[in-house]
Amino acid sequence: MKFLFDFMEKNIAPLFEKGGKFERLYPLYEAGDTFVRTPGDVTPSAPHVRDSIDQKRLMMFVIYALLPCLFLGIWNAGNQFNINNGVADATLMTDLLRGAAMVLPIVMVSYIVGGIWEVLFAVVRRHEINEGFLVTGMLFPLVLPPTLPLWQVAVGISFGVIIGKEIFGGVGYNILNPALTGRAFLFFAYPAQISGDKVWVGTAQTALDNSILGTVAENVDGVTMATPLAIAAAAEKGTDAIQALGDAGFSLWNMTVGNIPGCIGSTSVIAIVLGMVFLIITGIASWRVMASGIIGCIAMGALFNALPLDNAFASLPFVYHLVMGGFLFGIVFMATDPVSCSATNTGKWIYGFLIGALTVLIRVANPAYPEGAMLAILFMNVMAPLIDHFVVQSHIKKRTAYARALNNA
Amino acid sequence: MASAAKKLLMDPFSDNNPVTIQVLGICSALAVTVKVDTAIVMTLALTAVVTLSNFVISLLRNVIPSGIRMIVEMAVIATLVIIADQLLQAFLFDISKQLSVFVGLIITNCIVMGRAEAFALQNPPKESLLDGLGNGLGYGIVLIAVASIREILGFGKWFGMSLPFGENFMGNGLALLAPGAFIILGLLIWAQRTITKHVEE
Repeated sequence: MKFLFDFMEKNIAPLFEKGGKFERLYPLYEAGDTFVRTPGDVTPSAPHVRDSIDQKRLMMFVIYALLPCLFLGIWNAGNQFNINNGVADATLMTDLLRGAAMVLPIVMVSYIVGGIWEVLFAVVRRHEINEGFLVTGMLFPLVLPPTLPLWQVAVGISFGVIIGKEIFGGVGYNILNPALTGRAFLFFAYPAQISGDKVWVGTAQTALDNSILGTVAENVDGVTMATPLAIAAAAEKGTDAIQALGDAGFSLWNMTVGNIPGCIGSTSVIAIVLGMVFLIITGIASWRVMASGIIGCIAMGALFNALPLDNAFASLPFVYHLVMGGFLFGIVFMATDPVSCSATNTGKWIYGFLIGALTVLIRVANPAYPEGAMLAILFMNVMAPLIDHFVVQSHIKKRTAYARALNNA
Repeated sequence: MASAAKKLLMDPFSDNNPVTIQVLGICSALAVTVKVDTAIVMTLALTAVVTLSNFVISLLRNVIPSGIRMIVEMAVIATLVIIADQLLQAFLFDISKQLSVFVGLIITNCIVMGRAEAFALQNPPKESLLDGLGNGLGYGIVLIAVASIREILGFGKWFGMSLPFGENFMGNGLALLAPGAFIILGLLIWAQRTITKHVEE
């Protein structure tokens, strides 16, 4: 191995470094180089953190945390397809294969198209390829329904990477979570394929093939089914939302396991909790945001339960808000994005709490959007710098008061 | 054409565009650009108003007392806007309906007031006329560009004509919403500044 690295250092590296033949493609070389080996570069100035973790490893940990969601999502996509198309002899294996045929193309398109934009910007703007894209490229497909036409995946990730991130200057400068920006774009641009009240749990075989080839008209034959959120939102006044959910085949249990129709990665609470535990143990993502988000969700849900409102969704026990829709996935993987979330610890508590509270508020109070998690997170992304500003100001005020008291004493 | 006059007329198209450089008149640029035909009519209405208001205010510039100049400008502009609005209602009723309040709101359009304040008050009528014409058309060119993109993405049509996208074409709902217009306008500004290397000081 040492021989190989020496060879690279001597013969390949100069080609890409300043004055080399492929100087413009340096970002590509750099990305590949740091990916396969730990670079010898040291931070040129203080502070020197004595830790072997760098951004690339950090982002890979998030990918590991997402793997349970991906695998369960693949199984669930196949499972839903086989159930709704009446495949009689479906086994775990056929479910997985069918699911892989639906989900993997979406993941690949996301990585390839987004990666091309990433490299293009890195080469033109002469910055390094951002490791953050490893996560964005995986998060984005996981919040899409498995039947989304592939061209929409390509358009969505392009929008997320360019408008959500690159025009602000790349990773570290973006105000919004890029993956969620891409999803919001698809949500408003092509609501029929992604909207919260109906997701497509399966399409006939030919239609599926056609959607891979890019034609979409055939997809109209797809089997549609309302998500739990849509059912709860549509529950009549004076009726019991739990009853309505049960009639449609949704229980607290299957919404926790995740064998229900929905976005690829966000249906299974179990898989998300696995990822969450991993992220908290390794210290990659902020537990404060997750904890306060869940507290906010419970608080708002409990408040709606306590209020004497004549609204079936409002009286739905708050536990349901935790397991329905994309809230848990959002608070664990999206809201904790280190760039777009609050930077101060106090700020993180406020930020997370408001995401949880806003999610439930949008779900219950706004009939146009059955799912509020995406909009709540994006909204709080925008507010995060403001929260930080006030946190810092109040800290300064406290310290000045303390200093003054010391001087007077 | 004399080069000074040419500069007055052409500057607002790119180097000093009222929308993409001065970022004025954004409200109407978002509101009336869902389709190309409304954008063209709006362009004509605004160009007529800003050209004539510049001309009239320039003629009056030596007799307007500076303390009440804004009120006088307002009176001139409002008169012209009402004439334009009435003409549209008389001859282009359908489009006038689609433009709704936005023709009336030309009164408050920053471009018209801005040119009157910044140019017509200090310059003779002929230059003011050219400046108004240039700014109206500079505004219009951006309006039509945004409207073209929105109509093509949103409806798969241009100027009401179907484009050969096939029946699988799916309209982009975001392009029809005001935020979509905002994003498109931002991208236009990005493209323009990349080409002209304009940097905001």
